[in-house]
Amino acid sequence: MLEETRIVLRNVDEIDPVSIEDYRARGGYEALKKALSMTRDEALSEIDKSALRGRGGAGFPIGKKLSVTKAVDADQKYIICNADEGEPGTNKDRVVLSGDPNSVFEGMAIAAYIAGAAKGFVYLRFEYPYIFPILEQALENARKAGCLGGNIFGSGFDFDISVVSGGGAYVCGEETALIASIEGKRGEPQFKPPYPGVKGLFGKPTVVNNVETLANLPQIIQNGGEWFANIGVPNCTGTKVFTLCGNVARPGVAEYPMGTNLKDIFEAHGGVKDGKDLQGFMLGGQSGNLINPDQMDLPMDIDTCRARDAILGTGTIMVMDDYCEILDIVENIMSFFIHESCGKCTPCREGNIRMHEIIHNINAGDGKLEDLDTLEELAEVMQITSLCALGQNSSYPVITSLHNFRDDYLKAIERGQRA
Amino acid sequence: MISLTIDGLPVQVEEGASVLDAARKLNINIPTLCYHPDQDVKANCRICVVENEGQRTLLPACASPAAEGMAIHTNSPRVRKSRRHILELLLARHAQDCLHCKRSGTCELQQVSEDLHFVKTPRYPYRPRSAEMNDESSMSIVRNASKCIACGRCEYVCNEIQTVHAISKVNRGFDVNFVPAYDRPLGESVCINCGQCVQVCPTGALTIQDSCDQFWDALETDKLIVAQVAPSVRINLAEALGEEPGTVSTGRLVTAMKRMGFHLVFDTDFTADLTIMEEGTELLGRVKNGGVLPMVTSCSPGWIKFCETYYPDLLPNLSSCKSPQGMFGALIKNYYPAKIGKRPEDICSVSIMPCTAKKFEARRPELSTDEAPDVDFVITVQELARMIRSAGIDFKSLAETPFDNPFGLGSGAGEIFGATGGVMEAALRTVYELVTGETLKDINFEAVRGFEGIKEAAIQVGDLPVRVAVAHGLGNARKLMDAVRSGKADYHFIEVMACPGGCIGGGGNSIKNWKLMESRLEAVYGEDERLPIRKSHENPAVNSLYEEFLGEPGGHKSHELLHTVYTDRSYLLR
Ligand SMILES: Cc1cc2nc3c(=O)[nH]c(=O)nc-3n(C[C@H](O)[C@H](O)[C@H](O)COP(=O)(O)O)c2cc1C
Ligand code: SF4
Ligand code: SF4
Ligand code: SF4
Ligand code: SF4
Repeated sequence: MLEETRIVLRNVDEIDPVSIEDYRARGGYEALKKALSMTRDEALSEIDKSALRGRGGAGFPIGKKLSVTKAVDADQKYIICNADEGEPGTNKDRVVLSGDPNSVFEGMAIAAYIAGAAKGFVYLRFEYPYIFPILEQALENARKAGCLGGNIFGSGFDFDISVVSGGGAYVCGEETALIASIEGKRGEPQFKPPYPGVKGLFGKPTVVNNVETLANLPQIIQNGGEWFANIGVPNCTGTKVFTLCGNVARPGVAEYPMGTNLKDIFEAHGGVKDGKDLQGFMLGGQSGNLINPDQMDLPMDIDTCRARDAILGTGTIMVMDDYCEILDIVENIMSFFIHESCGKCTPCREGNIRMHEIIHNINAGDGKLEDLDTLEELAEVMQITSLCALGQNSSYPVITSLHNFRDDYLKAIERGQRA
Repeated sequence: MISLTIDGLPVQVEEGASVLDAARKLNINIPTLCYHPDQDVKANCRICVVENEGQRTLLPACASPAAEGMAIHTNSPRVRKSRRHILELLLARHAQDCLHCKRSGTCELQQVSEDLHFVKTPRYPYRPRSAEMNDESSMSIVRNASKCIACGRCEYVCNEIQTVHAISKVNRGFDVNFVPAYDRPLGESVCINCGQCVQVCPTGALTIQDSCDQFWDALETDKLIVAQVAPSVRINLAEALGEEPGTVSTGRLVTAMKRMGFHLVFDTDFTADLTIMEEGTELLGRVKNGGVLPMVTSCSPGWIKFCETYYPDLLPNLSSCKSPQGMFGALIKNYYPAKIGKRPEDICSVSIMPCTAKKFEARRPELSTDEAPDVDFVITVQELARMIRSAGIDFKSLAETPFDNPFGLGSGAGEIFGATGGVMEAALRTVYELVTGETLKDINFEAVRGFEGIKEAAIQVGDLPVRVAVAHGLGNARKLMDAVRSGKADYHFIEVMACPGGCIGGGGNSIKNWKLMESRLEAVYGEDERLPIRKSHENPAVNSLYEEFLGEPGGHKSHELLHTVYTDRSYLLR
């Protein structure tokens, strides 16, 4: 039976989340101490060796991000922890933040030390207000213990963190929209370059990382980059916190090495709920992929998923039993994107609603075979021309279902033409 | 220098240039819609996408910095497919009634559609942007939401350049819209009618409120139709009719208007000179008697409404002079009828203006006589150009006709009212000579010329060092007024023009950008140099009007006809 490998979740459910003593009793803030005893380059080189890639969806190596910001000369730099977690069905950031906030703070402090920042923000999802006091209390306790704030551990390094509440929109999780939102502007993505690492919050170099990414840093510093790089698969090291949801027997959050097979994870969580038959999976959240059971033998790491036309994304695995109607699901997802598109760029603003329109028509028995060509073309155009990843990815459920569940579309069209 | 290739052709550009710049250097046309040469890059329409070899996603050419070794393709199958599909998505929301659209022929969307050879019906059903399609509430601007492509150019100019905040983006996703706050109609909003949004809108979503029919209708009456023509109209009209920017067409425009059926065509340069006499006198009076300083010019109606809305506490700083249009209207309805033996109601008074805000100004109750407006309607340069075309007149081949008397003579000082700094320069020429009794050695006040946002100068006039400032574009005016409000500005006299560049950049002209504005500016000062009289106080027609009718500048009659009052409009902000 598949066992969890807990790096990010190592303290969750084991400690009182706000207690600095509990956290330190399990080695907490030792990594920061160790980092502060190293030069910034030495600390960075451990991160580089770990080859840790971002867990917020795009999979960008954090070491590279840190070195970019480190190299910029600026009077002020920022670290932002992206805790917007807007992906429906994804819970992992919430579990980490509410169960072990100090691991994230410590990770932020390490990142700040390397990048040369003195100030950090946790951008907390609007719908997670109950976590707010946990974070505030944990911060307060950490400051009192001298783990955060001015002159940390007598090293001369200052770093403090504020929690800010999110804008309540999915797109605010996109890093440039997030920054605009903290600045009090309309939460809309901006064209990159300039990248936040060079010109971000209030025009200053800013490192934006996901909760899970940051929570890995203390363990990497503590055990060495090489240790971390030996977990997972060569190009995608470490673990991933997966969220299992939908018609799965044992839903919830679990941490496995990168590259763990989807089939094994699925079985470890008891398979389909209520003994129903498996219809397929939706991977990577709303902008993820619909795959059928024949595709289940899939190592879950960023590159293998990508190569097989799937997405690891935030690590969400939604199980669909055979009572689900694929077209209903896809139609629903597109409603979500109509609602969440910020409306800035043409392909996403106008495209999502047209996809929805076509799928709705097919589903309602008004479809034509040519509609499938239009969907393919529109999806490609949205993917390659949208300004941000929302519009670039929102058509994945459509296009993957069209490939992996084509019969459902054909049947619906046929049904309409017969009627 | 950065080297790259575009469609296989090598090109070198400066660091910081965009892929679009590089393509233009090679004369490769990349369509654009949200891109505007005078604005920050927005990269939201995506029509300018190009392919960079080895990259999965396409790049917006306008926003992507050219980088060493790039291999760009502007015409690959993926690019063609994408651009046409994006256009198709836009058109599926667009009224597409080009045949009766004011922008037909100058519309950028139409041009892009033509350039992409888009000759089919969109696959998607038509879904207009907003149920409330046409906002005709404003006297100056018409907003048609069904033609909006959500490019954001209007929002940029209204908020970033003008700082008026009349138009902003509301809603998200498919429902995005660009509207005044609280869903107010434009005519009831803080909009100051400058028409800068019309100038930047790529489509017919924002257009000038059209008054042409009022003229054609007037022709069917027995009224004497008299027109006044603002200084910058002669600078801009030929351009609006397709000639080179900066082509001055004073005589031809009078000929054209006569052919259309105007009975008399007068020159607003005349009342510009009159304004200088009144305003100069007012300024000297304020200085001498300890009146409110700095005094601020009042000829730009966009600026006036802005001041009434955002700086009601500074209304006492505004000169009480009516604008040249307002002064002209007052003379036409109060002085001229008796002179020619007619009643005011027998006269139809029309002004030809570079300005959309003049349409609003003409409806101010202060600018009326016995409840009848002094100016019956206002025709902008864009409209006049259209009327000339619709009258079948070949403007280019027209002979020249002089303006009619008694309001046909204007000085160079009146003419430069058309450019930012012009009112100030005209005032300085006159104030200096009237106060000192000396002749200016050099009447060109270079310090107040040009497109610098805020210009300052100090001029010794007798024993008084006169400190002046000039702002154009309301964002710049706001900076000056904030300084005045906080007591940090010790100027005597400030000129404000609502529109960037002054009236030659007014919202009623043909579509502009800063490059075109350079030619217009040159033409203004060329005219000034060319005119035999270059100082307002040397205009004999103005002087005889004082002798015959008005009496003294700033005298009783002047106050009754040529001066006005202002209204606190800060309630619009609530
Ligand atoms: C529409 C949209 C929503 C996003 N939401 C989140 C989010 O909720 N949390 C997150 O960490 N990253 C989110 N991202 C990704 C961020 O833009 C950014 O890439 C990420 O925070 C970088 O962190 P990482 O490198 O640690 O993954 C989102 C991106 C897009 C386009
Ligand atoms: S892709 Fe969608 S969410 Fe992203 S900028 Fe464009 S409209 Fe906004
Ligand atoms: S805005 Fe342009 S494309 Fe639209 S109807 Fe007018 S001319 Fe035609
Ligand atoms: S006319 Fe001027 S103030 Fe009014 S909306 Fe347009 S740009 Fe803004
Ligand atoms: S009204 Fe015109 S300028 Fe404004 S967003 Fe729409 S198309 Fe663009």
